[in-house]
Amino acid sequence: MAQLQFRDVTLGYDRHPAVHHLSGEVSEGALLAVIGPNGAGKSTLFRGIVGLLKPLAGSISAAGLKPREIAYLPQIADIDRSFPISVFDFVSTGLWRSTGIFGGIGAAAREKIAQAIAAVGLTGFEGRGIGTLSGGQMQRMLFARVLLQDARVIVLDEPFNAMDSKTSADLLQLIEHWHGERRTVLAALHDMDMVRAHFPQTLLLAREAVAWGSTAEVLTSDNLAQARRMCEAFDDAAAPCVPAQASRAA
Amino acid sequence: MLRDLLFAPFSDFEFMRRALAAVIALSLGSGPIGVFLMLRRMSLVGDAMAHAILPGAAIGFLLSGLNLFAMTTGGLVAGFAVALLSGLVSRSTGLKEDASMATFYLASLAIGVTIVSVKGTNIDLLHVLFGNILAMDDPTLLMVATNATITLVVLAVIYRPLVVESVDPLFLRTVSRAGAPAHLIFLGLIVVNLVNGFQALGTLLAVGLMILPAGIARFWSRDVTPMICIAVGAAIVSGYVGLVLSFQTRIPSGPAIILVASLIYLGSVLFGRVGGVLPQLFPGRHLEA
Repeated sequence: MAQLQFRDVTLGYDRHPAVHHLSGEVSEGALLAVIGPNGAGKSTLFRGIVGLLKPLAGSISAAGLKPREIAYLPQIADIDRSFPISVFDFVSTGLWRSTGIFGGIGAAAREKIAQAIAAVGLTGFEGRGIGTLSGGQMQRMLFARVLLQDARVIVLDEPFNAMDSKTSADLLQLIEHWHGERRTVLAALHDMDMVRAHFPQTLLLAREAVAWGSTAEVLTSDNLAQARRMCEAFDDAAAPCVPAQASRAA
Repeated sequence: MLRDLLFAPFSDFEFMRRALAAVIALSLGSGPIGVFLMLRRMSLVGDAMAHAILPGAAIGFLLSGLNLFAMTTGGLVAGFAVALLSGLVSRSTGLKEDASMATFYLASLAIGVTIVSVKGTNIDLLHVLFGNILAMDDPTLLMVATNATITLVVLAVIYRPLVVESVDPLFLRTVSRAGAPAHLIFLGLIVVNLVNGFQALGTLLAVGLMILPAGIARFWSRDVTPMICIAVGAAIVSGYVGLVLSFQTRIPSGPAIILVASLIYLGSVLFGRVGGVLPQLFPGRHLEA
């Protein structure tokens, strides 16, 4: 069953497309790597999936899930690290879907939060202010929050950027655990070896889908070379995209 | 002797008791608002809003003279209009909140000063600018207390989205739609508390009882909840000491209160446990891990 469905979707900024006429579906429980050069539209696609960006055309549906029920780890987190909040309190916001604005956080919830913090190896850091964390610890903390969100679909935008091998390995284990629980996981990645080793499916994106399918079939040198050629085309004077072009692109 | 200095003004004079009650109520509302203003990097927004209130208060004054109720209602309307308009403009366009706030408050201030100078006298202008906490009648005092109560209740309702939006706005947008309403309600609370302070301290100093205690609190705690308590405490102490100072020395009450708060702030900058100057200069031996 399809968990995510893209119907000829175009996403972009100020009418300029960053993801152009993408169609396809992600099946439930899939573990999908989204790869492509910088500017290929990976982050834009993810922003569209979680409802932060409205499609310029086409649509994205998530099999009845609201965009708010999808857990999202952005590439550049917009976090005010000077805000006086502890790791425990920060992670606890992952329970938002069950607590909402007024719901209390009882003993059971506190136990869950502690477990999530333990699962990412941050036990002992509960009382620390978030401003004192290193980059890797920060990322672990964000993963703990995603863990608490308990979402059917999880979208991770370059989660291993600037992470050392130990942190990457730990967090990768978490992703595989989610996969084992039949959650649908999408991750934007640049490490091809990691994609080959751990992600069964891959979408190679370069504004348009260059290839989409099993990782072995997608990661061919021809496909990768083609993706590099389709570089970032941003033309201020670009003409409006008409359906004829659309069908050719598809 | 000490009793004469610290308690007699309040046991002997009713207007001093009213002033003390007013300043405590003000502190309860302004303290937490100030902390959030500071944590959301909006400290100067409070200042801008204080100016924005002026035309509303001036129109109230024109319609019914030096009637605090009319001036407050006018101030609320003007403040809400500016807060909501600039909030909406910044959320529906790319313009940053500070920029859109600046444009609206400047226009509002110009209108306010025009109204006051065309119709009022200098004494009126002084009252509008500096307030008079020693002239609290029953209705005014009740209104100040009501506004403080409303502030605390509403703040409790929007507390969670307000905190999450301050620390991680993108996350809040992906889990909830509460961010924008919480922000607009918060702007409204700023107005309510400025109008409150406006009675006692005037447009220019009203914001002082928000920002100074918040600044003080930042030097003594690393967590939001204690920060709020410290801010409220610092505001109450400033109010009390300021009133005593004003009573004993003839310094006007509004400036006296803000001066005391400024002194506490200075002390906090020097000695504050969290990032104060002296603790940074002499931090003690570093720890093992």
